Amino acid sequence: MAEKGKQMEPRKEQAPVAQESMKNRPVYVPRVDIIEDNEAIVLMADMPGVDEGNVDIVLEKGVLTINGRVDDYFPEDHRLMYAEYGTGDYRRSFTVTDAIDHNRIEATMKNGVLKLVLPKGEQAKPKKISVKTA
Amino acid sequence: MWMTGLRGLDWMPDIWQEFDRMQREAGRLFPGIGTNYYENFPAINLWMNENNIVVTAEIPGIDPADIDISVEGDILQISGSRKLDELDEGAKFLRQERSQGGFRRKVRLPFRVESDKVEAQYEKGVLKINLPRLEDDKPKKISIKSE
Repeated sequence: MAEKGKQMEPRKEQAPVAQESMKNRPVYVPRVDIIEDNEAIVLMADMPGVDEGNVDIVLEKGVLTINGRVDDYFPEDHRLMYAEYGTGDYRRSFTVTDAIDHNRIEATMKNGVLKLVLPKGEQAKPKKISVKTA
Repeated sequence: MWMTGLRGLDWMPDIWQEFDRMQREAGRLFPGIGTNYYENFPAINLWMNENNIVVTAEIPGIDPADIDISVEGDILQISGSRKLDELDEGAKFLRQERSQGGFRRKVRLPFRVESDKVEAQYEKGVLKINLPRLEDDKPKKISIKSE
């Protein structure tokens, strides 16, 4: 049971080298919540400025990668006077075990939050084994 | 601590504010380090020209009805509360990085604005507030009469 929590560890060590962007543009790591229940693992990621058409979710070789592109926003005839946040894209990768049913992953985007539902395959659902009395 | 100074066109970045911004930026690049999410939340950007200010703020996953914006003179206040979905029975967090709860941010604007002409829109988790300059506050051109 203890190993289950390790399924969704982010791949910190490889990301900057393996996935550097061609564009000179900051790439942010979105903050995520990952919730597990008996049926599925649900991932929620804060990606303000990203709309549903600009999200790519790729699952390849057991690595789930979320990519969100932000459209630049510059109010016309205005100068940026003060900035506390930069505009950039979002990217984060997680390792996913075979316990996930890869064909039934669902993604929705609302108010800058991505919700990914990763349903568990049949073999990963906890089974209750009843003990028969002899 | 609530007030962020933003006075004048020749406004110079305060060294501590700059440090705060860098720390915030670091927090976004590497979650887990940097400042607490709700210190100075939400992060804002401020754009301006002679007669107008545009403030943008990143507040993902909030119901627009839960955001309150008020303007008094040159003080803009953004407050609200972000509620995240409650866990169902039997569910547990494997990872919890997103925060929830109330926030309140007061910002001093570079000039006074027409409070009844302030417009706000919330889209894709980003709040945009348009604040036109108060008519009385606009710079006046003074013509010099020659005799």
